[in-house]
Amino acid sequence: MPEIFMREAIKMGLNEALENDPNVLIIGEDIGAYGGAYAVTDGFLKKFGPERIKDTPISEATFIGTGIGAASAGLRPIIELMSMSFSLVAFDQIVNMAANLRYMSGGQIDVPMVIRAPTGAGVQLAATHSQSFETWLAEVPGLYCVCPSNPKDALGLLRTSIKTNNPVIFAEPALLYGIKGEVPEEYYEIPLGSASVSKEGEDITLLSYGAGISVINEASKLLSKKNISAEIIDLRSLNPIDYKTIGKSIKKTNHLLALDTSRKNGGIMSEVVSNVQEDFNDWLDGPIIRVGAKDVPWPYNKNLEAAAYPSAKNIVTTVLEKLIKV
Amino acid sequence: MATLKQEKNNKNAKLSKVVDEKKEMLELYKQMFLIRQFELACGENYTKGNIRGFLHLYIGQEATAVGSISCLNDKDYIVTHYRDHGHALARGLDVNRSMAELFGKASGLSKGKGGSMHLFDSGKKFMGGHAIVGGQFPLATGLALACQYKKTGGLVVCFFGDGSTNQGTYHETLNLASVWNLPILFILENNKYGMGSSIDRVRAGGEDFYTGANTYDIPAAQVDGMDVLAVKEATKIAIDKVRQNGGPFYLECKTFRFVGHSLADGQKYRKTDEIKEWEKKDPLIKFPEWILSAGIANKIDLEKIHEEVNQKVKEAVNFAETSLEPKPSELYDDIYKID
Repeated sequence: MPEIFMREAIKMGLNEALENDPNVLIIGEDIGAYGGAYAVTDGFLKKFGPERIKDTPISEATFIGTGIGAASAGLRPIIELMSMSFSLVAFDQIVNMAANLRYMSGGQIDVPMVIRAPTGAGVQLAATHSQSFETWLAEVPGLYCVCPSNPKDALGLLRTSIKTNNPVIFAEPALLYGIKGEVPEEYYEIPLGSASVSKEGEDITLLSYGAGISVINEASKLLSKKNISAEIIDLRSLNPIDYKTIGKSIKKTNHLLALDTSRKNGGIMSEVVSNVQEDFNDWLDGPIIRVGAKDVPWPYNKNLEAAAYPSAKNIVTTVLEKLIKV
Repeated sequence: MATLKQEKNNKNAKLSKVVDEKKEMLELYKQMFLIRQFELACGENYTKGNIRGFLHLYIGQEATAVGSISCLNDKDYIVTHYRDHGHALARGLDVNRSMAELFGKASGLSKGKGGSMHLFDSGKKFMGGHAIVGGQFPLATGLALACQYKKTGGLVVCFFGDGSTNQGTYHETLNLASVWNLPILFILENNKYGMGSSIDRVRAGGEDFYTGANTYDIPAAQVDGMDVLAVKEATKIAIDKVRQNGGPFYLECKTFRFVGHSLADGQKYRKTDEIKEWEKKDPLIKFPEWILSAGIANKIDLEKIHEEVNQKVKEAVNFAETSLEPKPSELYDDIYKID
């Protein structure tokens, strides 16, 4: 299997969709002539032309709403939002329009649209550019919400996100565009709502998604030195959430640590662990541990940002403390 | 012989033109009368508790919806604001199912899940009543993009009120529609009040809006929104321009709602005199007066319309009353399309 960068995997998925379906078009700020803020759509304008690669003014609410309108009239737009933090400017369109349109029309209108956006902290962009609002959007019925942690999942999830007839929030961890991973050459898809067990283990389930997976991977290595065998689950999809896979793992390890790289307060894991506690309490041999970023606006300074960001070391300390108590 | 035949043909042509005109004028009147009676029935049923939530009536503005929508064809889309009953009925949405939606019944257009502010009929390309002020603008842009991209020849009519012109999406959308040369007819229903806020209090730039379209390089015009024929004529010209140039047009209709913003509105923010002044322009009085004085139709023709419409509205209320509530099991239906 060839190793490719995350941004290449996403680009591959977009290219494929544009080649296969004339109703697919890409809409966003500086995606054409500029090539995309993260270079994901670089070269597309030349290849597919300005009718399908549509550079927009800086009007997030309007170009997202434009995608919704186009989708409701039978096109399959893919929107590139330059940052998940900019979704705030377009929240009315995303929530009130994209998500609600189908329900409030009694099922008359479909919105087959993907909103891709870089998400998360760790690249020193400070408070307004580092937030992870996929955690807010994951709550909204009518939207799907996914976030890959590696190139293979990115391509597989992008394929299903473009294929579904529902609006999808496709969160791309900004930290990961430059990481490499193996991607199968044969065609595959990853269903929305399916978590993956990326490493099997016995003693504790470590659960996260997106950029959190690399933190968990590191923590798992450190824990193995202490003879603690961790099972790693990559949530991949924040809506719907794959409680089946999570539950199966808990029945095996009887311990759970859930990590958000977004602020801990209100992170998606607060929802996940609450449901796990309700449904799998009998299988838990200790308290569920939740780790997340500090509840502060993201600072610019590198050291301060690192201090706010959850670390593998912190996870290990917490696990050891709580597990020993048990 | 040839001359005689020619004369006869001309006579027939003239006659059929008169017949067509009569038919057309009576149809416009019928639609306006239907909206008025429908809205009165809504108000009544709101008081009875059959309709709940917010109810915004279109009483006074009928000429705008009817005059403009009569110019559209079935390739054209409509999006509108929350005061949407008039546009829905002018577009020919089923009267029974519209009323049933207001009653929250399963037989309603949106199966009872949308209510008064969210009427939809995608088959008629009526893409909603939208209840976040200004939220419908970007949707119109997207629908127009689809028309342009697929080369359907259709256009989008986007209705909006003066209240929405201070939202960002208004300016953003005018800009994008112009930059992308999208086939949208923006129709402003300037009824002078955004809820209880008079434009004098919330708008910089005076009482005319259409001049502002210039900023975005969009051709614009203003018309008396209380005069159904004037609206129709202006819309025809506007639509011709949109179809010809592909790009947007902005039409401001000066109109007035004779009732409150919603049924909960005591109208403390305006004087009765102002309402009375505007009521003199009531299209439901002025237009039939003109029809009679111009000899286009007689009183009996109008009475027939009244009877027919009143019966239709009565039936709609009866249909809504006797329709079933949605089942509790329908709560989860239509959130996602099952792929």
